[in-house]
Amino acid sequence: MNDKVTNILLVGVGGQGTLLASEILSETFMLAGFDVKKSEIHGMSQRGGSVVSHVRFGRAVASPTVPEGEGDVLFGFELLEAYRYLPLLHAGAKVVVNDYRIPPPSVLLGQEVYPDDLADRIRSRFPDFLLVDGLHLASEAGNPKAANTVLLGAVSKRLEIAEEHWLAALHKMVPAKALEVNIRAFQMGRAL
Amino acid sequence: MDRAILSGNEAIARGAYEAGVKVASAYPGTPSTEILENVINYSEIDASWAPNEKVALEVAIGASFGGARALACMKHVGVNVAADPLFTLSYTGVRGGLVLVVADDPEMHSSQNEQDSRNYAKFAKIPMLEPADSEECKEFTRLAFELSEEFDTPVMLRSVTRISHGKSIVTLGERVDNLPAPALVKDAAKLVMLPGNARVRHPKVEERIVNLSRWGTTATINRSEMRSAELGVICSGVVYQYVREVLPQASILKLGMVYPLPHDLIRDFASKVKTLLVIEELDPFIEEQVKAMGLQVTGKALFSLCGELSPGRIRNALEQGGLLAKVVSAPVTVEKLPPRPPNMCPGCPHRGVFYLLNRLNAYVTGDIGCYTLGFLPPLNAMDTCVCMGASISNASGIVRSLPREEQQRVVAVIGDSTFLHTGVNSLMEMAWNQAPATVLILDNRITAMTGRQENPASGFTLSGETAPEVNIADLCRAIGIKHVVTVDPYDLVATRAVLEAEMQRPEPSVIITDRPCCLMKGECRFEKGKILAVDQNQCTGCKACLRIGCPAIEWQPASDGKKGKAYIDPLLCTGCTVCQQLCKFDAIN
Ligand SMILES: Cc1ncc(C[n+]2csc(CCOP(=O)(O)OP(=O)(O)O)c2C)c(N)n1
Ligand code: SF4
Ligand code: SF4
Repeated sequence: MNDKVTNILLVGVGGQGTLLASEILSETFMLAGFDVKKSEIHGMSQRGGSVVSHVRFGRAVASPTVPEGEGDVLFGFELLEAYRYLPLLHAGAKVVVNDYRIPPPSVLLGQEVYPDDLADRIRSRFPDFLLVDGLHLASEAGNPKAANTVLLGAVSKRLEIAEEHWLAALHKMVPAKALEVNIRAFQMGRAL
Repeated sequence: MDRAILSGNEAIARGAYEAGVKVASAYPGTPSTEILENVINYSEIDASWAPNEKVALEVAIGASFGGARALACMKHVGVNVAADPLFTLSYTGVRGGLVLVVADDPEMHSSQNEQDSRNYAKFAKIPMLEPADSEECKEFTRLAFELSEEFDTPVMLRSVTRISHGKSIVTLGERVDNLPAPALVKDAAKLVMLPGNARVRHPKVEERIVNLSRWGTTATINRSEMRSAELGVICSGVVYQYVREVLPQASILKLGMVYPLPHDLIRDFASKVKTLLVIEELDPFIEEQVKAMGLQVTGKALFSLCGELSPGRIRNALEQGGLLAKVVSAPVTVEKLPPRPPNMCPGCPHRGVFYLLNRLNAYVTGDIGCYTLGFLPPLNAMDTCVCMGASISNASGIVRSLPREEQQRVVAVIGDSTFLHTGVNSLMEMAWNQAPATVLILDNRITAMTGRQENPASGFTLSGETAPEVNIADLCRAIGIKHVVTVDPYDLVATRAVLEAEMQRPEPSVIITDRPCCLMKGECRFEKGKILAVDQNQCTGCKACLRIGCPAIEWQPASDGKKGKAYIDPLLCTGCTVCQQLCKFDAIN
């Protein structure tokens, strides 16, 4: 094990499930024998505001937040939010984003437009970019609510952690009745 | 031994359990709320919500006087409410250990100010511990109870958002089981704080803080980590983690107890390093005391008094101060994007009310809760917001300064939890002095903003047991308000009529809305609710429905130069019908 700490940022809109996803990531890294820290914001921003969670793992982790500009992996639940937080990444970071848009208030009111070329803009800066049709794949897996798990699968492929730890974390964190669909969704994401 | 990833709040709850705590009381407030929500999982602890922080602390004090270990938790501004008992508790001291956990919110992620609670420890002359990760949250909580009993003092444990809502690995321990059994003991000289007794207690308080400072010099929670002799940093809490990240070579004096300071230890550390820095969030709390010791130290000359620190902010400040070489990097930048502020949920019972207040040109003295979001566009219907309970008393004061025509526009808006927190006192003043303003109590049956905690009007306790519900209408009448009306906030016509009538009344009056928060289980899609859609043939593009700012309604501009149309997202709509009532063209069905 080297001393490098791996920095993951989960970004999206309050209420989208970033908290649970970051929980599963942390559990996986602990099971894999790493030190883990994570940080997130509850409260006001969870009412549909912009949210970011930080998860870090390595031999020993100090700060619970990712130092600015040192993000290794961006796990985006929504396009505009994924784009907003790009400055937290370093130039060679990997980016996995749900192909999903949630219009912010000014767009709902018709005062601003939701940029339609965000995926291209991200790809032009971060060649290691994957756009995932989470909703569609999750429906195929059996439940559109498992979209986050599809993304998690895709993210897992970009981290050097044995599959058994991911599966063990899913078994621990996902309610029994939803487990089968989520394992399927995870595998579909991992295959991307 | 068992290990688990716990948040700071979960770890504090675990620490309370392991310390043998018997009674815990709190009022919710971000980022402290989850402490009590986790304490309730330990059946050995009697945990319950209090209507406000003063009461929560007093419940804990009572338990301590009975001889049990007791915990009170609150957010930083909660200590303002609880300050009265706190300052005299410092004189009485404790019987069973008493720990007050305070969670600060530097950066104001979810707060109305970013006051630095460390000042309270100095002001009340009691010790304060500050953990730097979840493991320390648990260990310091245990230690805080021991210190409390050993030094006969309440102990404050300070967390911040990044600690409370950060997670790290914790090793779980056992609950202590050798504590003395609680019992009633008469000890008036210690527990009855009248002048004669308090004069005897005060010198003990002063002596105690000197003894604690001496204890801190050898205590393992204050530790110096000697590395390079060039630069030494004094820090505590989460800032310690940032300093480790940015200055891996620097020597560090990590303070686990931020008040009182271990003077001898600080002097010793300072003598071993060439340059001495204090890096701390918010106030120059440690810096000023180190300066008062006559030591050369730099702190707020480099670091901001505002907001939280982060590895990046510390690095920038050190680079600017010439203490760290500049790293050349080409940071990724993005152009300005549409912002995404929080918003009330689709179908929130508060939304239509704010729409009406806006239409009626009301001047709204506001309060704190989900409904504070009513100040945002397009509702723009809140004009003041100071602290919990202030809406009613602010209205009472503002009408006294106004001519009659203007008085009629003043409406105080307050939630049920906030009303029962401190709004009741304000309403007594309004009734007593007959201030002619209208009070609107948005009774959604729950403390929604902080994540739906029970309150005295909910009919349930923290543990889910049924409980008497405060009848808010009867309470207002009992206080002396003659005109109390209850209205369905989803019925815009009825609500408007009531608002107009009560605003005109030259006497105090109260309007209560009676629909639950739509995130409450089972009550989300209320009885008549069916998901609505915009008939694209009927929609004239008048934008009337957009004026309520429901997240489910989107404006879709037309590509061919014609007028755009509104669209309702079926995944988000709850069928509350508020938008439908605004559509003059029957386009929403
Ligand atoms: C003194 C103090 N304690 C706690 C808080 C945290 N807090 C903010 S709003 C709120 C309660 C909101 O409940 P309610 O008034 O019922 O309104 P709702 O959110 O349900 O609409 C609380 C506890 C605070 N801001 N100040
Ligand atoms: S949580 Fe409840 S009260 Fe708060 S915005 Fe949502 S529906 Fe309204
Ligand atoms: S009925 Fe209208 S206002 Fe209510 S949730 Fe649906 S779209 Fe929003």
